[in-house]
Amino acid sequence: MREILSRLLATGGRLRSAVSRDESDGDQLATDGGATVKTTRGDSLRNSLPVEWELVESAPFWLPPVLFAGFFVYGAIAWNFLLSLTDYNGLGGAQYETFDLSMYSRMLNDGAFWQAAQNTVVLLVVFTVLCLALGLFVAILIDQQIRFENTFRTIYLLPMSLSFVVTATMWAWVYNARNGVLNQLLRVFNLEGAIVGLLRPAGVNAEVIQWLSWNTTALAAVIFALIWQFSGYAMVVFLAGLRAIPTEHYEAARVDGASTVRMYARVIIPQLRASAVSASVVLMVFALKAFDFIYALRGSQPGANMDILATMMYRVAFDSLQWAYGSAVAIVLFALALLVIGPYLYSEYRRGEL
Amino acid sequence: MSIRGGNFIDELRSTENSRIGLYALLLAGIAFYLFPVETAVMTMFKTESAFARTLPFAPPGTDGFTLEALSTAWNTLRPGLINSLLMAIPATIMSALLGSLTAYGLTTISWRGQVGVVVLIIAGIFIPYQAVLVPLAQFWFQVFPGLVEGFVNTLFGFITGGSWQYPSRNGYVQLLQLSVTHAAYGIPICTLLFRSYYQSISEEMIEAARLDGASAFSIYRNIILPLSLPMFAVTLIYQFTQVYNDLLFALVLINEPASQVATQRLAALTGGVVQSFNTTMAGAIVAALPTLLVYIVFGEQFAKGVAGE
Repeated sequence: MREILSRLLATGGRLRSAVSRDESDGDQLATDGGATVKTTRGDSLRNSLPVEWELVESAPFWLPPVLFAGFFVYGAIAWNFLLSLTDYNGLGGAQYETFDLSMYSRMLNDGAFWQAAQNTVVLLVVFTVLCLALGLFVAILIDQQIRFENTFRTIYLLPMSLSFVVTATMWAWVYNARNGVLNQLLRVFNLEGAIVGLLRPAGVNAEVIQWLSWNTTALAAVIFALIWQFSGYAMVVFLAGLRAIPTEHYEAARVDGASTVRMYARVIIPQLRASAVSASVVLMVFALKAFDFIYALRGSQPGANMDILATMMYRVAFDSLQWAYGSAVAIVLFALALLVIGPYLYSEYRRGEL
Repeated sequence: MSIRGGNFIDELRSTENSRIGLYALLLAGIAFYLFPVETAVMTMFKTESAFARTLPFAPPGTDGFTLEALSTAWNTLRPGLINSLLMAIPATIMSALLGSLTAYGLTTISWRGQVGVVVLIIAGIFIPYQAVLVPLAQFWFQVFPGLVEGFVNTLFGFITGGSWQYPSRNGYVQLLQLSVTHAAYGIPICTLLFRSYYQSISEEMIEAARLDGASAFSIYRNIILPLSLPMFAVTLIYQFTQVYNDLLFALVLINEPASQVATQRLAALTGGVVQSFNTTMAGAIVAALPTLLVYIVFGEQFAKGVAGE
């Protein structure tokens, strides 16, 4: 193995001149063929080979896995779309007679759907914005050349290694109404009674704060716990972004007499746009998938106050066995995801990142 | 020494104490990120009476310390842990290997239109799994058994001259189906991780091997694979956490209690009618152990996988 490698490294150097001599021919060939894809490396040799040969040679490597994953991803989505046009109920053989939009019109008149859609959008926006803000703040703190940086980073990222079910189990106790962690903590400072008392005129009739049952607090409680779990991710991404900014930019801002806050606001943070975009896309995808968390927190019947499209889809399709209706809800969720990732992938493509 | 250090807090505090505020904030961060975990660990060791007497995050005290909740949770979750590992380890290896092959085919050998394939693969990372759930259940429970049965009947019918009964589905078939499903959905992210890595591999080396007459496979086997071992570590660690932590696919694909995975068992424990927080917290810690261990041992690699480096 080692011999092969060193031999190749040696021949690589010897052949470089031969390769670069081909370059002009290669470019010529590429334009003749009307190629729109610009490869950044090794154009020379590649373009001197017939395209068909490249395709035939590489296909055995990428085609089987792509077909395998493609069947499960795109095949399943297409299949799901077809199902959403039927009234299939999951029992017996498939009944694909009706192909109409009845499931979608039913959805438009379904209050539970609108509630879930609203919760999904609120979760998506509030969670992502707060997560980015906290992640950025923590990343800036960690970037101050502190001691034990690794320890801090490891602990801040730790929640992300836990499963949604584990974190939901922990937070279910934090939010438990009777003797949950949060209420006991508030009791120590005599705040729980005060909060309940404040709410009494508003028609709330309870002895304790029911974080997960009250309409006003349930979604906020979910969002807060998700921020706990994923702000470490935003921190890691922003930290990588901060480390990529040349030190001269800090120095230039200093020389100009900018204060620290001003330096970050005007010079440093604007350069983190790419990190913010990629982090927010991934965070939104986490939020769309928050099913596991809500399911474990409240079972498959979360109640309207924390029902999101993902949990509603599962409830409708697998608890009520309305597969066609569940598929229609899933298509809406998919469309929402496309709205998030479509522009992102397009901009990455335009920037030549793909 | 760069100019960054210590400037942020300078203006909040006098210069001598400048770093104190910074470290206070960082320690507050530790309290925030660790308090649910710390509370779970403390609760896990408490007796019922100590549980009622003490604050949730306080230690149990000498008389209130017990391992009872831990042993109950361990006995409840152990079969699930074994099933999870049985399912997650092959799924992880499969998706990493296939991702590496895909990335190789789409990076080191280039052809027009490969960007289109790359876009399709990367988009696969972001799909909400709800959009594939119903067809997935239908495929594994209705279509796939039919396909297998048809194939096996034809084959064995040909050999034995009669019809052959396809054995009924059991829990381990479902675990295998879950594993294959995870492998398929893991390919996009694994491909992305390997692809960015392969783009940095020296081009000359591969071109030279090609001119020497090495086949595409021997280039993969002798050059790419050995070079990508560090990336395999990152991908395996990241992907293992993802697969092990999943609940959704397991809920849909596994319906035999004996083949339930750890996350399913923990969810059942949490949502159970009799809810003793000592046991559920112990359950959370036990179910988290495999990924916690991976995280503590390979934290750096996990972070690399998370950041997509």
